[in-house]
Amino acid sequence: MLALIPLFPFIGFLINATMGRRLSKGLSGAVACAAIIASFAVAVMSVLQIAGMPADARVLEQVVYTWIASGDLSLDMTFRLDPLGAVMILVITGIGSLIHIYSTAYMHDEIDSEFARYFSYLNLFAAFMLVLVLGANFVVMFVGWEGVGLCSYLLIGFWFKKQSASDAGKKAFVVNRIGDYAFVLGMLFLFTQFGTLDFARLATIASAMPVEEGVFGAISIATLLLFIGATGKSAQIPLYTWLPDAMEGPTPVSALIHAATMVTAGVYMIGRNAVLFSHAPETLFIVAVIGAATALMAGTIGLVQNDIKRVLAYSTVSQLGLMFLAMGVGAFGAGIFHLYTHAFFKALLFLGSGAVIHALHGEQDIRNMGGLKKFLPVTYWTFLIGSLAIAGVPFLSGFFSKDEILYETFHEGHTMLWLVGAITSFLTATYMFRLVFLTFHGERKGSGIGDQGSGHDHGHADPGSLIPDPGHAHGSHLHDAPPAMALALIVLAIGSVLAGYIGVPHALGGHNQLAAWLAPSFQASAAAPGVGGGAELFPQAEAAEEAEVISEEEAALELTLMGVSSAIAIGGILLAAFIWLKRRSIADGMAHRFGGLHRLLLNKYYVDEMYDATVVNPIHVVSRDALWRGFDVRVVDGAVNGTAAIVAAGSNLLRRLQTGSVRAYASSMFVGVVVILGYYLWR
Amino acid sequence: MFHSSFDAVVPMLCVALAALAVMGAEAFRSRGETMPVGGLGIVGLIGAAVSSALLWNRNAISFGVIVADNFALFVTITLVIVGILTIMFSSPVVKRDGLPKGDFYALILFSIVGMMMMASANDLLVIFIGLEIMSIAVYVLTGIRRDDPRATEAAFKYFLLGAFSSAFFLYGIAFTYGLAGTTRLDRIGAFLAAQSMSDNRLILVALGLLLVGFAFKISAVPFHMWTPDAYEGAPAIVTGFMSTGVKAAAFAAFARVFLSAFEPFSGEWAPIVWWIAVATMILGTVVGVAQSNLKRMLAYSSIAHGGYLLVGLVAANQVGKAAILFYLLAYAVTNLAAFGVIALLGTKNAANDELRDYAGLWHSRPALAGLMTVCLLSLGGLPPTVGFIGKWYIFSAAVGAGYYGLAIIGVLTSVISVFFYLRVVVMMYMSDQPATVVFPPVSTVGMAALVASIVVILALGILPTPVLNLAAESIATIF
Repeated sequence: MLALIPLFPFIGFLINATMGRRLSKGLSGAVACAAIIASFAVAVMSVLQIAGMPADARVLEQVVYTWIASGDLSLDMTFRLDPLGAVMILVITGIGSLIHIYSTAYMHDEIDSEFARYFSYLNLFAAFMLVLVLGANFVVMFVGWEGVGLCSYLLIGFWFKKQSASDAGKKAFVVNRIGDYAFVLGMLFLFTQFGTLDFARLATIASAMPVEEGVFGAISIATLLLFIGATGKSAQIPLYTWLPDAMEGPTPVSALIHAATMVTAGVYMIGRNAVLFSHAPETLFIVAVIGAATALMAGTIGLVQNDIKRVLAYSTVSQLGLMFLAMGVGAFGAGIFHLYTHAFFKALLFLGSGAVIHALHGEQDIRNMGGLKKFLPVTYWTFLIGSLAIAGVPFLSGFFSKDEILYETFHEGHTMLWLVGAITSFLTATYMFRLVFLTFHGERKGSGIGDQGSGHDHGHADPGSLIPDPGHAHGSHLHDAPPAMALALIVLAIGSVLAGYIGVPHALGGHNQLAAWLAPSFQASAAAPGVGGGAELFPQAEAAEEAEVISEEEAALELTLMGVSSAIAIGGILLAAFIWLKRRSIADGMAHRFGGLHRLLLNKYYVDEMYDATVVNPIHVVSRDALWRGFDVRVVDGAVNGTAAIVAAGSNLLRRLQTGSVRAYASSMFVGVVVILGYYLWR
Repeated sequence: MFHSSFDAVVPMLCVALAALAVMGAEAFRSRGETMPVGGLGIVGLIGAAVSSALLWNRNAISFGVIVADNFALFVTITLVIVGILTIMFSSPVVKRDGLPKGDFYALILFSIVGMMMMASANDLLVIFIGLEIMSIAVYVLTGIRRDDPRATEAAFKYFLLGAFSSAFFLYGIAFTYGLAGTTRLDRIGAFLAAQSMSDNRLILVALGLLLVGFAFKISAVPFHMWTPDAYEGAPAIVTGFMSTGVKAAAFAAFARVFLSAFEPFSGEWAPIVWWIAVATMILGTVVGVAQSNLKRMLAYSSIAHGGYLLVGLVAANQVGKAAILFYLLAYAVTNLAAFGVIALLGTKNAANDELRDYAGLWHSRPALAGLMTVCLLSLGGLPPTVGFIGKWYIFSAAVGAGYYGLAIIGVLTSVISVFFYLRVVVMMYMSDQPATVVFPPVSTVGMAALVASIVVILALGILPTPVLNLAAESIATIF
């Protein structure tokens, strides 16, 4: 049954990819939506099935077939559903379904074949993402890992007519290759060290090994390589630069791939290998520091960006940083919890921004917005809920998950990291409400802009600007989200409010069901049916009981920290309100006064420029100028001419050749022969 | 030791007879009559495949120098696949470009005979004969478009350099014979095993010279210089044939000579091959990135793939040896299909092989673009294609044998290589200036060959086990 979950969207992909250009928009959209909803239905059934099992045996496994079985190399195409996977598939198919539905309206201005192309990619993405989270070993995960990267690349560059879009696609691809490189090496290394790539077996083997405290042993190396892979996929320092550019893709894609699902793959991967990572505290510390640093850095950049989607993109990078912080301090449950709540409110925010952009026919600059509240009520209210949730205002979903991360960080003794996390929370509240106030409040600015249709070329592709729709583009009347879009917004808004209630901390009288639910996934034996040994070492109930028993001081500490973070969230919102609602001059004044800092942030710390200067250009030069033109053409033609002369002297035939390049080629060979024989004779 | 059995030569005999039949049919046809010579060739190749299947596990030996062990048979079947696909892709090309039909198919078949001989020869001299049968046919094929100066130049260059490398190879044989008193691989192996303690520099000279001869045929750096020129000058389908068939045959002989006869000296050649592998992977990949001509790009890509095969040779554990065979098959089908697409899209007057010619192919030829995408993903080693399995197998062999450096560089270069493969994909899907070129209609036979290749690429990516096991079995019988 598990195989059906990725199979449905894959069938949807096949239908739209082969017959899409002959299908009407309604039909190809319906096929895609039906595929993902069917997958969601199967996912729900499967999760209900494992929920009915005893806590320590919540595993469904399906060996689809033996993929490679040859000699000592054995790999099964196995899908495995455990509590962690359950959370992931529900997020992917649930939120994925909403975004598919939303897309039917958002992409409606595309021509039929482009519409089908879009949905075929989207379905294919969902299929690969589900393979990624359901895979029971690294290689199956890697199939999904590469597949989602490919789809993301294709979707970022979907509007390839825009140079910026195809550049962004290329950049996402190149940066991700760096991460994937480390990921493959990590996989190969694990395979040589452990002889298996099955997650459960790896966990069992690792749990019997000593924790690499203070030493950088095999597990540390492997996990570090895997984490570098995760920094690529999940946009962390130093490989985060592609994600903001990825906003060139259609907005629903940003919501699904670049906020809710794919970019969380790195976090998921660490959660999936929690046992391995907890045996490598050195790596975990690096994870925590990188996570915290990314969170802070992206938060500061988010503060000054003017493109509505870029603010959200940096916000995503920042929130992913918080998730990695949680993973790094060993609070795997908290990290996954935030992944899960973030999926709701960030998808909501992106879809809301999509509704704004849709209404304004491609305008993305918040300086040209303002006063949209009364024109786009549904979008406004849902966007507001999303912003409150991400800011961490009490009793919305983001509050519970972010609070848990901060609490765990503090509780584990990482006071500095906690401080960074707290500052990030403050920044989050501030930049989000800057966005809300500038977009929806105040006076309607650039009133002509929304009505210009394709006239306002801001360098951003959007469906409206490619094919102006006469029904949309006239009059100063702005349309709120059409029904399919509104549906997604409202459902996600409800989710953003309620999603956190499965993880209410004990300090607030809850039971943190999510933590208890996830706990077996982070233990060695939980996901390993038939693999003995681990069960005695890690009694299942222990984790759950541990979570139940909580001392009064801890409760007090948690309540205190909760108060602090609530104050931070509300303080951030108030600050944003003060600056951007009351005293707009302050913002300009500060930008002026701290001109250097403002420029630094506006230009994203010049990291892109740095990468271009230090990495990208040199590689380009080496490849084109040095190795090809230089080595293959020039060196051999030129520098070896001395040797060439010797060869040529011996051969009239060679000398008579017109180009001289054969002579050069022959001398290259000759040099090779001399080197090889020389090595043997005179070493 | 003399075996009167002819069994072991039956597969190549089938192909040779088919080649002769093709020649005869062309020679005696009346003017204006067309002969189904392509079909004749395919019949011969199928005969070779059937006889190979019948010879499986029998270790037949003919004349003491041709062995039909499973290793040879595996490569033979790979070559049969290469031959059939080449003929199928060629049929529209031959007609379109007005190539001499009989000559073309006969040369393809004769070179396959040479390749099969290289794969199954148990004697250095027979390997050399096979090598020359193959090479001379391929030199002519490279220049078969006599009206194209580029093709003629490429053929001439290839011929000169090939002769140059043959000389080294022959010289190596001479040294070996001088030392061991035999050219038979098993006897050389026995001789060298006894000598493995001695410090005889001449053995190393012989080894080095043979290495050069093979390195040329598999276009390993720094003996690769002919490759881009020859590949670019030859008709696309001949390039596809050369880059797969020649490479497969040369690798089979290379592996057999170095893993059996010169196995006792693996400590001597492994470091050199290590360096050659590294240089080949890096140069093939990095220079490939800078190419704007698809054929030239695939030429460099095929150089890089030779590097991955060398990794398997260096690793030379059980996994590595099986990996070479599997990779040869995987790469042959994939690369031939990619060149097949180029061949099918060319016209008599325009090769249409510049990268920009593929702009927007998805809009004009969606099926071809889709099939080409699968080929390119497989060349790049992305799952779930056969290219991924092949690379995974090669690199895990390298890591298993302790060659971490090779694995790291191999993974790095294959990661980079995806960049230029995907550039083509991007061109095909994400370009709105439809190319100005006019593509010819695609023939049914060509399309059938392409679809068959794609089925193999995906099937072996999803269900590789039976073929992996066959490869492992084949290699186990001899080394």
